[in-house]
Amino acid sequence: MGLEVTTSKLEDLVNWGRKFSFFTYPFITACCGMEFMSVAAPKYDIARFGAEFPRFSPRQSDLMMVVGTVTEKQGPALKRVYDQLAEPKWVIAFGVCASTGGFYQNYTAVPGIDQIIPVDVYIPGCPPRPEQVLDGIMLLQKKVAEGRGINQLRARREKLERHRLEQEGA
Amino acid sequence: MSQAVLAALKSKFGDALLATSSNYGDECVTVAAAKLIEVATFLRDDPKMAFDSPVFLSCIDRLGLSESGPRFEVVIQLRSLSLRHRIRIKVPLEENKLKLPSVSALWAGFNWLERETYDMYGVEFEGHPDLRRIYLYDEFKGFPLRKDYPKDRRHPLVRREWSDE
Ligand code: SF4
Repeated sequence: MGLEVTTSKLEDLVNWGRKFSFFTYPFITACCGMEFMSVAAPKYDIARFGAEFPRFSPRQSDLMMVVGTVTEKQGPALKRVYDQLAEPKWVIAFGVCASTGGFYQNYTAVPGIDQIIPVDVYIPGCPPRPEQVLDGIMLLQKKVAEGRGINQLRARREKLERHRLEQEGA
Repeated sequence: MSQAVLAALKSKFGDALLATSSNYGDECVTVAAAKLIEVATFLRDDPKMAFDSPVFLSCIDRLGLSESGPRFEVVIQLRSLSLRHRIRIKVPLEENKLKLPSVSALWAGFNWLERETYDMYGVEFEGHPDLRRIYLYDEFKGFPLRKDYPKDRRHPLVRREWSDE
């Protein structure tokens, strides 16, 4: 009991740290990229939320921002980059194209990147205003602090499962 | 503007041309696939024609546009940078015989455009050095710019497994 309380408190502390230190990997494919540049640049400045370092290597980042239309041909690349991200990892679908395919209903656009990888926060808009993006980042911060990111939840489920198996084995 | 080109073509090939037209400064000539190379070579090599610039090459799917006539039409647009005239060549093709000789040996710039036309419409260019899909992937089935291709038919390469989350 005592141990569990301490570890969960420790987890809270770590999550508090995580929410202010996103290392973003920008997966930018289309026009929404302009708006990403705008939020990243000093005028709107995601540095205020601790997410200012775009890392162009997935192994050094934990937040993937999928910005723009993803085509079926790009699907394997998207999946591969996601798999390489350091855990725990989060994904933001930036703009309607990444969220749902947007107005593309055709042979080549993926109808939402959640067909390929799990998504934590969807930001609507074509393209979204920088304020909307900041709102999305704050929503994600809330999720991270509460440990409700998809990847965090999975890690917790796996931990509980391991724990249960150990108990049964004992 | 380019009516001299049409006149020259008519006097040289006469009845071998299926049709010619001249609307709003757009001169068009319709030729059969079998005659294409002959006409194109003349247009490129004759000093009075000197078509040195391949502008575009694409295809039209006339499904539903008219009851009569062949369904597909390959369109080739040429321009002469030195003599400043242009011409459009149309090659009608039946659906069950979507083949025509490649003009990429005459204008290297048509190489990728012919691949694109193959990719999107399934038109085969005989004699093309490397006729593969150019935009789409090999797993893709069908030709998406044909009018009877369903607009939401997709050929996914990866999909997520929802069960393990
Ligand atoms: S959502 Fe709009 S702005 Fe963003 S990538 Fe799609 S079309 Fe472009």
